[in-house]
Amino acid sequence: MKSLKELRELRETLQKEISARNSAGKPKIIIGMGTCGIAAGAREILHTVLEEIERRKLDVVVTQTGCIGMCEKEPLLDVQLPGKERITYGNLKKDDVKRIIVEHVINGNIVTDLAIARFEEGRD
Amino acid sequence: MRELSLHILDIIQNSITASARDIELIIIEDPERNLFQIQVFDNGRGIRGDRLSQVTDPFVTSRDTRRVGLGLSLFQEAARRCGGDLELESAPGQGTRVTAYFQYNHIDRAPLGDIQGTLISLIALNPEINFRYHHIYVDNEFILDTEEIKKELGVIEINRIEVLNWIREFLDEELKNLYGGGSK
Repeated sequence: MKSLKELRELRETLQKEISARNSAGKPKIIIGMGTCGIAAGAREILHTVLEEIERRKLDVVVTQTGCIGMCEKEPLLDVQLPGKERITYGNLKKDDVKRIIVEHVINGNIVTDLAIARFEEGRD
Repeated sequence: MRELSLHILDIIQNSITASARDIELIIIEDPERNLFQIQVFDNGRGIRGDRLSQVTDPFVTSRDTRRVGLGLSLFQEAARRCGGDLELESAPGQGTRVTAYFQYNHIDRAPLGDIQGTLISLIALNPEINFRYHHIYVDNEFILDTEEIKKELGVIEINRIEVLNWIREFLDEELKNLYGGGSK
């Protein structure tokens, strides 16, 4: 049976490695969670992102946005590296997510064949 | 939507868009009464009376408020297809309550599906919101309350991968027990 005691132990483990965990200066991954995104598979895309973060021990912020009017290109995912423009990727499959994480989030190169839009900082 | 849990993920997005801080999901499954009921309560900004009757109409939806979209109409359609319906109660400043009920054994009723995945998604993306999930199956029930979990975690964020994994395992176990694994 899972118990709250386990949570307390987990807290102690995690507390030791808590350094400067604030969201500034971290890569950001934004998932489209409008009705269109959810119907197109956004939940599975998010889970792939979380799996990759765990597998590769990444320190990134994962957040959500609503429908941005590109419903036919859902599921969508945006990547924003600190100080760089925000790139939107569309029509995603699980394997695409893995590629984006390795090539863009880790190595800093935009995956041009999957990118569908770019935005200057400030848009939400 | 292929799963009721995807409808749930979708309508809870409405609550999030309405700035809810506390969101409660109650699922009641009762095969004997032929009932499958899903309720979502939130303390978001609520919906004006004159708009309440319009929000399940996909063509009256106003995108600029971002309060509603196709989601509620799809959910209502799914419920009506299964001998049920969707009801909305709301008032400005009073939050919103969505109730959808289905005939449990209706042939068109979608399965609940990956409800764990729905909750993990909501918690991962909205760590500041308190989610309370209460699931009742005949005489069994369980509750997941993220406010309680946050108290245990102290300064550790609830959307840390390690914590999300713990929550998923907790939900897997509780659901197994709920459906008879741990029945007396």
